[in-house]
Amino acid sequence: MGLVLAGLWIGQNVSLLPVDASANAPVYDDLFRVLFSIGTILFLGIVGLLVYSLVRFRRRAGELGDGLAIEGNLPLEIVWTAIPAIVVLFVGIYSYDIYERMGGMVPLHDHSSMHAAAEMASVADVVINTSEERIWGGIANAGIAEGAPQSPPLAVDVTAIQFAFLFHYPEGDFISGELHVPVGRPVQLRMKANDVIHAFWVPQFRLKQDVIPGQPTLLSFTATRPGSYPIVCAELCGPYHGGMRSTVVVHEDDAFEAWLASNRPAPVTVSAATATPFA
Amino acid sequence: MTPLTPETSTAAGAVALPSPNGAGHESSHDEGHADVRLFGLATFLIADGMTFAGFFAAYLTFRAVNPLPADSTYELELLLPTINTVLLLVSSVTFHRAGRRLLSGDGEAARLWLLVTGALGAAFLAGQMVEYFHLPFGLTDNLYASTFYALTGFHGLHVTLGVICILIVCWQARESGRISASNPFGLEAAELYWHFVDGIWVVLYGLLYLL
Amino acid sequence: MTIARPADFEAGSLQPEGWLRYFSFSLDHKVIGLQYLVCGFVFYLIGGALAGVIRTELSSPISDFVSRDVYNQILTLHGTVMIFLWIVPVVNGAFGNYLIPFYVGARDMAFPRLNAVAFWLIPPAGILLISSYFISGGAAQSGWTAYPPLSLTTPALGQVLWIVSVLLLGGSSIFGGINFIATILKLRRPGLKMMHLPMYCWAMLGTSLLVVLSTPVLAGTLILLSFDIVAHTGFFNPSMGGNVVVYQHLFWFYSHPAVYIMVLPAFGLVSEILPVHARKPLFGYTTMVYSIMGIVVLGLIVWAHHMFTSGTPPWMRLFFTIATSFIAVPTGIKFFNWLATLWGGRIALNSAMLFACAFIVNFVFGGITGIALAQVPFDIHVHDTYFVVAHFHYIVYGGTVFVIFSALYHWYPKFTGRLLNEDLGRLHFLLTFIGFNLCFAPQHWLGLNGMPRRVAEYDPSFTTWNQVSSVGALLMALSTVPLLINVILTAYRGQPAGDNPWRALTPEWLTSSPPPVENWVGEAPLVTHPYAYGTPEGQLDLTAASGSELWRASQR
Ligand code: HEA
Ligand code: HEA
Ligand code: CUA
Ligand SMILES: [Cu+2]
Repeated sequence: MGLVLAGLWIGQNVSLLPVDASANAPVYDDLFRVLFSIGTILFLGIVGLLVYSLVRFRRRAGELGDGLAIEGNLPLEIVWTAIPAIVVLFVGIYSYDIYERMGGMVPLHDHSSMHAAAEMASVADVVINTSEERIWGGIANAGIAEGAPQSPPLAVDVTAIQFAFLFHYPEGDFISGELHVPVGRPVQLRMKANDVIHAFWVPQFRLKQDVIPGQPTLLSFTATRPGSYPIVCAELCGPYHGGMRSTVVVHEDDAFEAWLASNRPAPVTVSAATATPFA
Repeated sequence: MTPLTPETSTAAGAVALPSPNGAGHESSHDEGHADVRLFGLATFLIADGMTFAGFFAAYLTFRAVNPLPADSTYELELLLPTINTVLLLVSSVTFHRAGRRLLSGDGEAARLWLLVTGALGAAFLAGQMVEYFHLPFGLTDNLYASTFYALTGFHGLHVTLGVICILIVCWQARESGRISASNPFGLEAAELYWHFVDGIWVVLYGLLYLL
Repeated sequence: MTIARPADFEAGSLQPEGWLRYFSFSLDHKVIGLQYLVCGFVFYLIGGALAGVIRTELSSPISDFVSRDVYNQILTLHGTVMIFLWIVPVVNGAFGNYLIPFYVGARDMAFPRLNAVAFWLIPPAGILLISSYFISGGAAQSGWTAYPPLSLTTPALGQVLWIVSVLLLGGSSIFGGINFIATILKLRRPGLKMMHLPMYCWAMLGTSLLVVLSTPVLAGTLILLSFDIVAHTGFFNPSMGGNVVVYQHLFWFYSHPAVYIMVLPAFGLVSEILPVHARKPLFGYTTMVYSIMGIVVLGLIVWAHHMFTSGTPPWMRLFFTIATSFIAVPTGIKFFNWLATLWGGRIALNSAMLFACAFIVNFVFGGITGIALAQVPFDIHVHDTYFVVAHFHYIVYGGTVFVIFSALYHWYPKFTGRLLNEDLGRLHFLLTFIGFNLCFAPQHWLGLNGMPRRVAEYDPSFTTWNQVSSVGALLMALSTVPLLINVILTAYRGQPAGDNPWRALTPEWLTSSPPPVENWVGEAPLVTHPYAYGTPEGQLDLTAASGSELWRASQR
């Protein structure tokens, strides 16, 4: 009992995560706290039992005999089959729920994947569908920011190359080396890679998605906390993988508009510092 | 640390049961136990089959999700591979015959059937070669071309190895040879392998040509 | 009951003497086992030295100690060496070869020659791998996972040598697996039933099934990958219409089972060690057997949990989350059974036991982080970060390597007839345990807070914990010193152990130490109750000469 309480307390009060800056981050943190509590309880319980046995049943000097000849105990074994089963079932269902709230289960990009699948009837006559690109995976928008997403999502095309992220803003048609987004408005990143696999990760958003050559992916989020956060490439992509970083700047609405406006006139604005972070 | 005296501990360990007879044991490694070589081969063939299974899975996934680029060709004729399939299936029967003959003591007939099997295998390989030369695509033309060559090529290697095994078995089964009715292992092993290679072909034929 | 004294069959007269036979194409399963062990240990030192380079580089946030591409080579070599040349050969090859024939009551493995071939594939493969570092362009630098298209664009020669080496090692592992399956299923001495076998046999049976079913898929995949590199086909090359994610599926179809290939035998070894030093029967033999088989089956259908961010469809993520989580159930059964084995025992807290218990602690920790990783939303944040690095080092090092050390203390007297020094053993344990936790515990935090893996440079705010981690690695390196001293000195002047220093009942102890060439001078004993410690006299099955009967006989 005390153990359970201790576990819960640790789970709720020990903070190991960076600040949360996206709509799904608090949801994620809930999951983290639950997992952390369960994990702590199990771990402390098992280690406690182990240490207790080692101390209580240690062999004292001069003792030669054996322990009790217990070879098994079916009810007991059933109990400890059932407990983990229930725990993982609970954890599984709970994390499914979280995943749903994050938008992971939303079918990606409406029709396109259906489309591609229907065309696979025969290899010989399958022809690449150039009109519309298939989205292979990722996280679509969900109603996390309940009620909020009245505004249409801000679409940004992301291209990952060795060793930089390029952000193309269709609104205004310019390319930036940093990602700037408004707070509270859903953002939809349509991601492509030109050479090898990269991964787009913002720790403060608790979101990550591989950027895969030949297989465009999608990542949606809503930033909730103004500030700038690192964008990290999380998939080994060559020698400068470690230097492949950028920044996402979350603006208040008007600051974002100002930033957009300041970029629009100049056709291409690649901020040199971030495009070659390894200089 | 065990608080045992050396005497008790040695006594506990040195018990040799049930008939400790000081003399060294004579049995050699190979006669010491039942012959499990066929079992070992079968296990190996399961492993080998998994390699093919991996290839098949890759091929099916490619088909399901990777469209063929518009300007590339991937067309297969059916006639030759179908003849080839029949050849292989017949060769399984002839191999089986060879095994039967050998066990009934007729070494000569067994060798004859073996040669027929080998010839069928060689004919299969020849047919495969002919097909390769007449295909409108090369190894690196596109994904399906590559997969086609990888799959059939890997299988062809297996057939080649099988034909070589058949020749070796045939040689060993001659009069006063190493393979006989009382020692049929080599032939049985080759036969098992051959049936396996045939089975793989049937699946491959279904996937590559018919699907 | 007749008792033959060791004087009746002096080891020297039966076993060809001299260390040279360890460099020969020996067919003796015990020699091969020790060849695996020593060879694996040499590669552990090499892999550890590579880890040393990694940790030195990471003790500062900039890339200063080695250049970035060299860092990637070192990292790739470290992962490959540790997995394919240290863990897999040692828990499978070394202990499997040494112990299995004893446990089934055979004089050797089913295919001694194949066995020797399997071992002798390893040194050339290892040398090939290491030497690729010195060629122009250097060793492979795409990680031990060798994901295309990166592995297609890095220097080709190193990558091809990596492939050849891994293929050789995979072949070795398949040959070994076939041998174990045949030996366990077909070579049992008459009268010995499957349910009489020591648990390690079951673990090796399960492991070998995984080896036979999954390793060939890796082989096939790497052959396709080498075609892409050498013949410019496009299987995994998106610019030629290929599909990179298919490679990941095929790779993990092997490499997830591979993690159970690395840990199931360790589970088996623990099941042998705990009962002996706790002087209690192994708790729940039958459920242990079922849980091993459960892990084997589940292990084959969870691979895509390494690919949650690779653009897999949602249903697939869901399925793999559930399947992966359920592995906790059979694994949990094993852990609770071990705890119950200890409960009420007479536990000797020697080095073997300390390492085995620390294994339980570390593995449960790593297993719990594993269950967390299996939850898609959790994994999306920490995938490819130091959290994952911490997870798997807790399991492979805190789990398997700790068990290997434990097994070394337990069976060293069997190998040599001498007991390892306990004081040095405990020092070794203490340094390892502290160093290990110091090294890998902080990495969880690093991963959660934004440090990706496989980087030579990182955000300066992570410096402190990285330095702590590096200090831990240094302690681990130091901990090998007492171990090496102990192992080498003991071989010459250690305390003689007698034949059965632990009063164990499993069959390998019911012969001389070290054992004669064909394992037993007479016929092999029939041990139907390998864990019959503490069995009351009245319940003995007197028709069979069980281990417990032997034990009683020697007590009188
Ligand atoms: C020996 C090796 C080994 C073992 C045994 C395991 C065991 C497990 N692993 Fe691990 N894993 C690796 C080695 C291993 N792993 C490696 C090397 C990688 C990285 C590869 C790479 O990318 O380079 C990896 C990566 C990895 C990932 C991918 C992470 C990522 O890249 O994003 C995941 C995700 O699901 C995972 C999960 C698990 C799980 C659920 C188990 C389970 O089997 C654990 C089960 C055990 C327990 C749970 C503890 C005991 C149980 C109880 C006490 C019962 C009660 C418990 C509960 C109810 C929870 N592992
Ligand atoms: C399977 C077993 C295994 C084992 C035992 C280890 C052991 C260790 N590993 Fe390993 N590690 C992996 C498997 C393993 N690792 C894998 C699979 C990867 C992933 C690779 C990839 O991403 O592709 C990895 C990656 C990995 C990383 C991540 C690198 C990165 O992502 O950038 C780190 C970083 O700290 C690390 C550290 C260590 C350390 C400090 C040890 C220590 O425990 C080592 C302790 C041992 C010693 C220190 C040896 C001491 C001996 C000497 C020093 C003697 C001197 C030597 C000679 C004279 C030759 N490992
Ligand atoms: Cu891009 Cu790592
Ligand atoms: Cu896994």
